[in-house]
Amino acid sequence: MASTIPAERGLRRVIGDDASIPDGEVDGLDDEGLLELYRSLVLLRTYDERSVIYHRQGRIGTYAIYWGHEAMQAGSFHALADDDWIFPSYRESAIGLLRGMPPATILSWWRGHPAGWWNPADYNVASICVPIATHVPHAAGLAWGKRLRGEDACAIAYFGDGATSEGAFHEGANFAAVMRAPAILFCSNNGWAISTPVSAQTRAQTLADKAIGYGIPSARVDGGDVLAVYEATRAAVARARAGEGPTFIEAVTYRAAPHATADDPSAYIDPERVEEARANECLGRYERYLRRHGLLDAELEQQLKAEAADVMRAGIAAAEAEPKPDLGLLFEHALVDPPASFQTDLAELRRILG
Amino acid sequence: MAERFLVEAVNDALHVEMERDADVLLLGEDVGRAGGVFRATAGLRDRFGADRCVDTPLAEAGILGSAVGLCMAGFRPVCEMQYDAFSYPCLDQLITHVGRYRWRTGGTMTFPLTIRMPYGGGVRAPELHDDSPETYYVHTPGVKVAIPSTPADAKGLLAAAIRDPDPVVVLEPKLVYRTERGEVPDGEHVVPLGKARLAREGGDLTIVAYGAMVPVAERAADALASKADIEVLDIRSLKPLDEEALLASASKTGRVVLVQEAARTCGYAAELAAILAEKAILDLRGPVLRVTGYDVPYPYWSIEDAYMPSAARVVDAARRLLAF
Ligand SMILES: Cc1ncc(C[n+]2csc(CCOP(=O)(O)OP(=O)(O)O)c2C)c(N)n1
Ligand SMILES: [Mg+2]
Repeated sequence: MASTIPAERGLRRVIGDDASIPDGEVDGLDDEGLLELYRSLVLLRTYDERSVIYHRQGRIGTYAIYWGHEAMQAGSFHALADDDWIFPSYRESAIGLLRGMPPATILSWWRGHPAGWWNPADYNVASICVPIATHVPHAAGLAWGKRLRGEDACAIAYFGDGATSEGAFHEGANFAAVMRAPAILFCSNNGWAISTPVSAQTRAQTLADKAIGYGIPSARVDGGDVLAVYEATRAAVARARAGEGPTFIEAVTYRAAPHATADDPSAYIDPERVEEARANECLGRYERYLRRHGLLDAELEQQLKAEAADVMRAGIAAAEAEPKPDLGLLFEHALVDPPASFQTDLAELRRILG
Repeated sequence: MAERFLVEAVNDALHVEMERDADVLLLGEDVGRAGGVFRATAGLRDRFGADRCVDTPLAEAGILGSAVGLCMAGFRPVCEMQYDAFSYPCLDQLITHVGRYRWRTGGTMTFPLTIRMPYGGGVRAPELHDDSPETYYVHTPGVKVAIPSTPADAKGLLAAAIRDPDPVVVLEPKLVYRTERGEVPDGEHVVPLGKARLAREGGDLTIVAYGAMVPVAERAADALASKADIEVLDIRSLKPLDEEALLASASKTGRVVLVQEAARTCGYAAELAAILAEKAILDLRGPVLRVTGYDVPYPYWSIEDAYMPSAARVVDAARRLLAF
């Protein structure tokens, strides 16, 4: 078994800096794979930037911005197989796009429309989890269940730095370890839980240190380096499939956008760090990497970005074309066997609302 | 007196009570640096320091559990739960300790802690930002519960909660945080727990409500004005309940409609209806009717208006009852 002590202090990196630090090697991705990864980054970035605009235009509601988190999402995603399950938080709301979920579905979720419901089994993507860390035990349970059934699939749960303070995180991590669940606990450490900095969240030197107590090995990576994220997740998936149980990944970045559209970070955030994070953001870093390796030129970049923009245009149009949900939906789906009172309630509501 | 929004009155109460008593501590997620996600705690960290207005780790059971210990150390903690549904992790501490500890010490130790949180729907928010969890709290022995509907009561009930020797939960109707505006007494202002507020006097029918349902009840009363003289009773202290005011109004009008935003089954209105059945049945001219949320998860916001009790639904219930 991999040693759990001590957690790494430095952050793993693959992408160099154009100057003194050379690019590293990464296994598992050929040129086509590297470009697929780029396509995913572009799609996620486009979705996010368009969503902020849609919010301003009143076309979607409150929205949790993930600008700058795309490398953590796409990098880890590309290390998974289609059978592996994803447990997103609100920060990874759009990760289903990478599994072929229509953008209209996710936009509908942010529009407060029931067309934002999906069957998790259609994509192996669980519902968006809003209460912090409560989905970590779900991922542990899914992964445990897959092991019991002798299936190869694993589960990945995404959560933030703040989430590692919640009881549900600790209980889920311990279950994953004790049950040798093939799970990946992916912590997107963006330095903030709304206005609370990591330094006020924990006295641990790193969040990966928390995994030690559960006997879970960990990796710490630069969350803006999509290839480092990919590599660490790939190793975690290999451990999971080999029956060695869960891995904790701490991906570190600095939140360069507001927590959500309703948040004004100017009261608490460090504007210099934000500037720095924006200048070093993950999509640009990967574009420069691809250019250095002759895999990307301006034409291809423009083409992929235009494709993603088209996908979003069609997506918002489809979401907005959804008819206003019928009142009957209020009473549907909560139970397989609804009580008779639902019929009476609905009839009364229809009579009153005319 | 100053005109304030409801959320500003909460902020005012916290300033006054923290000034008055150095043992009052404020604990919660984002209450300090950011001044609260609704700005209910704005300015408190600057005024009283980071040791008295504390940005805690993200852990509601930790917040409430440590508040129990802070009480043992002689403090009066005020715990903010960021939203209704995000208070649920604290229910374990609430039920197993907060409501029982005084009893367990044979009454020798008091737990003067306050839990306050924004609650309720209608705010066009993503899932789990809309719950009305009062029943979980009211149902817990050893815990008091208040829900203001006006800025003055938001200040006065919170002050009463902070000064109370027992644990008190104050739920604040976030839907009207920045729409309900009214005169709020300056300085110390305490509205005692256990007293209802007669929001409107009338002789034909009583609408009983609390929190964000009080303005709904008043709109219904307006809509019925040409037909009937409606009384609106704002319960505001759910536990202890002002039974006297409830029974007095029921015996005066003989007709009672209860309004609650939470799901119906075992909701607070069921308790009120039971009390009316026990103690007012001979004064009533017709059945006690409830207008409530439905027994389903709070819906996505594009159809939340149909879930929330509306003035139209209250009017409908009142009309049916007036026929008796
Ligand atoms: C149980 C619970 N408590 C509080 C909240 C309110 N809340 C939403 S996001 C957030 C901060 C989360 O920070 P972190 O875990 O670092 O994730 P990030 O938002 O940075 O991705 C809080 C406190 C919640 N959603 N659930
Ligand atoms: Mg964070």
